[in-house]
Amino acid sequence: MSIVSKAYIVTGLPHILLAPEKSEGWGKLNAAYQKVREDIEKQEADVILYFSTQWLSILGYTFQADPEPEWLHVDQDWHELGSIPYHFKIDTDFAKTYAKEVDQLGYKTKLVNYRGFPIDTGTIVAQKLLNPNNRLPASIVSCNMYSEKDETTRLGQAAARALQKSGKKAIVVLVSSLSHRFHTTPIDPKYDRINSRKDDEWNRKIIDMLSAGEVENVAQTVREFARQANGDQKFKGMWWLNGLLGQSNNFEGQIFAYEPVWGTGAILAGLSPTEVITAPPLEATLSSEEGSQAEFVEALTNFDYMASPSGPRFAAEFVPERTRVPTAPSPRVEVQARSETRALADFEIVSKDSAEPVGNYPHARRYGDLLFLSGIGPRQVGSKDIPGITFDSQRNVIAYDIRVQTQAVIDSVKRILENAGSSLDKVIDIQVFLTNMKDDFPGYNEVYNHAFKNIRPTRTTVEVGSLPTPIAVEFKVIAKP
Amino acid sequence: MSQGQIVAGVLAPHPPHLVYGDNPPQNEPKSECGWETLRWAYERCRANIKALKPDVLIVHSPHWPTVVGHHFLGLPHFKGLSVDPVFPHLFRYTYDMKVDVELSLGIADACKRAGMHTSIVKNPDFRIDYGSIICLHLINPDWDIPVVLISSNQAAFYFSNEIGGEVAGDLGKATREAIEISGKRAVLLASSSLSHRHFVNEPDIPEDMSFERIHHHGQYLWDMKVIDMMKKGQCQELIDILPEFIEMAAAEVKVGSLTWMLKAMGVPTYPAIVHGYGTVIGTGNAVVEWNPLLQGAQR
Repeated sequence: MSIVSKAYIVTGLPHILLAPEKSEGWGKLNAAYQKVREDIEKQEADVILYFSTQWLSILGYTFQADPEPEWLHVDQDWHELGSIPYHFKIDTDFAKTYAKEVDQLGYKTKLVNYRGFPIDTGTIVAQKLLNPNNRLPASIVSCNMYSEKDETTRLGQAAARALQKSGKKAIVVLVSSLSHRFHTTPIDPKYDRINSRKDDEWNRKIIDMLSAGEVENVAQTVREFARQANGDQKFKGMWWLNGLLGQSNNFEGQIFAYEPVWGTGAILAGLSPTEVITAPPLEATLSSEEGSQAEFVEALTNFDYMASPSGPRFAAEFVPERTRVPTAPSPRVEVQARSETRALADFEIVSKDSAEPVGNYPHARRYGDLLFLSGIGPRQVGSKDIPGITFDSQRNVIAYDIRVQTQAVIDSVKRILENAGSSLDKVIDIQVFLTNMKDDFPGYNEVYNHAFKNIRPTRTTVEVGSLPTPIAVEFKVIAKP
Repeated sequence: MSQGQIVAGVLAPHPPHLVYGDNPPQNEPKSECGWETLRWAYERCRANIKALKPDVLIVHSPHWPTVVGHHFLGLPHFKGLSVDPVFPHLFRYTYDMKVDVELSLGIADACKRAGMHTSIVKNPDFRIDYGSIICLHLINPDWDIPVVLISSNQAAFYFSNEIGGEVAGDLGKATREAIEISGKRAVLLASSSLSHRHFVNEPDIPEDMSFERIHHHGQYLWDMKVIDMMKKGQCQELIDILPEFIEMAAAEVKVGSLTWMLKAMGVPTYPAIVHGYGTVIGTGNAVVEWNPLLQGAQR
């Protein structure tokens, strides 16, 4: 007998439960939750097992063991959305069995049975929408904030052993978002969008794999995804799920929804096993290795792989959603689908928003999957002014502010990239030319860090004798389109 | 009405272990003591703060994290049961606190004037974070002084520790402005540990002090470095080095509590009073007081 009926990945943000009417996307997620609930009700199962990235533990792992936890919950951050009353039924026997399995791995475990223990928002939202009448008893395990891949995978494997030993079949629910970068200022929910195109692209890469049922492949991609898209709690829940599901790609994937919630990538996905899932013996898991993570990430960063067909993998009811441009309430723009193989592009880009070139060259040129920008200085569009420079009456430079000039260069680079359909966060390499390394490096570096610290392109900075026009800094940039 | 003032600021760590060790009637779990170095440090600090007769205690807490702007309490009274989600076996505390809503909204208004986003809690079901409750209990177990709680906005730290520090500093300046307008005598509590790497295990008896030590010697050296700056009154230098401290020691001051307080106090140049330093499940914690009336009274 398989220990798992079906697994789901769901996002547990309160907007979906408490305010579906405020945003088209939040409403779609709420409706998708109803579909998942109906799907669960068709399955044979004895327990619904949750791992939520919002229940963090430090001392090993904690298991909910209050048979009927009850409270009036208010999210600390999204309190204005309202209160959530809950009354859940917990499978305490399974909690004990699961904790015992984790004990054997040498990790600290704790069963919590305290009135008023704060169940996390993610689990509450998921349980309220998926199992509202406690049709299935629930089991909830915490997410250790320090655990890495190996430990989290073993935690999942221990859940499989606990299911096998207890003779139970589970609906397995990972409560996690994909990208986890919130908008940091108030927004009109009507114009909610994924925080950046990069996050959206990475989310879609994961969705491609999930829709193909490639659970193991997703698990191998977690580290890179987390780094690139600020995965929810490093998206480590995927390791737990993979460990529980047997570390294979033998699933039928189904994407119920993918929408933004306050900038994050919210998902509802289902995974039906195509082979019987059984638990690995304890001895086999104690010597588990990291696997071929590095090789798989290498494959993923291959542009040919990224352009490979993936459309048919999506479930019928999932229509790839469009994303919005950064400034609400602008209209939506299409994100280029990766469903068609492209011929190598080769064309020039001329930016009307940037200073005209001082020679016979374009602002940028796209070749294949790369954008090459010409050397960009701080000059302003439509004028010969150079920010931050003070001239004497003979137009000799008597003073300049390297910080102002550097910022002007970065602003120009950003405009050119956006005109080319790219953005600053897609920069992968920068060469910087300074006319006075000794005096200007600290100021330039400070401004640079503000813009690129989290983007982390490769960089080379050199001093040159002079630059065309009396500028003190110039950037040469390569970016992804 | 005379101009309000900040009469003291305290780096006030919030491990639930300290309340557990104190065995107050509000806390359900009971201990055989423990973590005396820090609890006695709090006792000394508490006496100094009581002598100042403050009108209000203002807390900036890492355990009330928010994404969009700074959040404040907008109702006069909150009571309930606080259960620590990480250490529920140590902290299940019945609280009953009075909020200085006038000053709470005053600080929110000052933030808005400075261009910051704010949000006011008007939901009576809202549960107060355990970080705030713990440091408030340790400074004022009688709960006879109204409080203002400020969430820790973590959005700026998406970008860098430096930008996060700037935002916390702006919040500090707005806090000071509102206190001055209010005419009240305020004590600021930066609810935060120093180095913040925990052990993932604990002894069967949590208060078994034979297990208590710093997680890593490097953390300890960093803690000593920043405490030395506090003792020398080098607060600007301290603010400057915090981004590196945060990275190197996984310091909890990352969420901005200390920067908020020091900026609100105009970046003190006088020596702070270090009441004590101790570890809690591997993290480094110090109770440190900046008190203009007692400056130089190093212990």
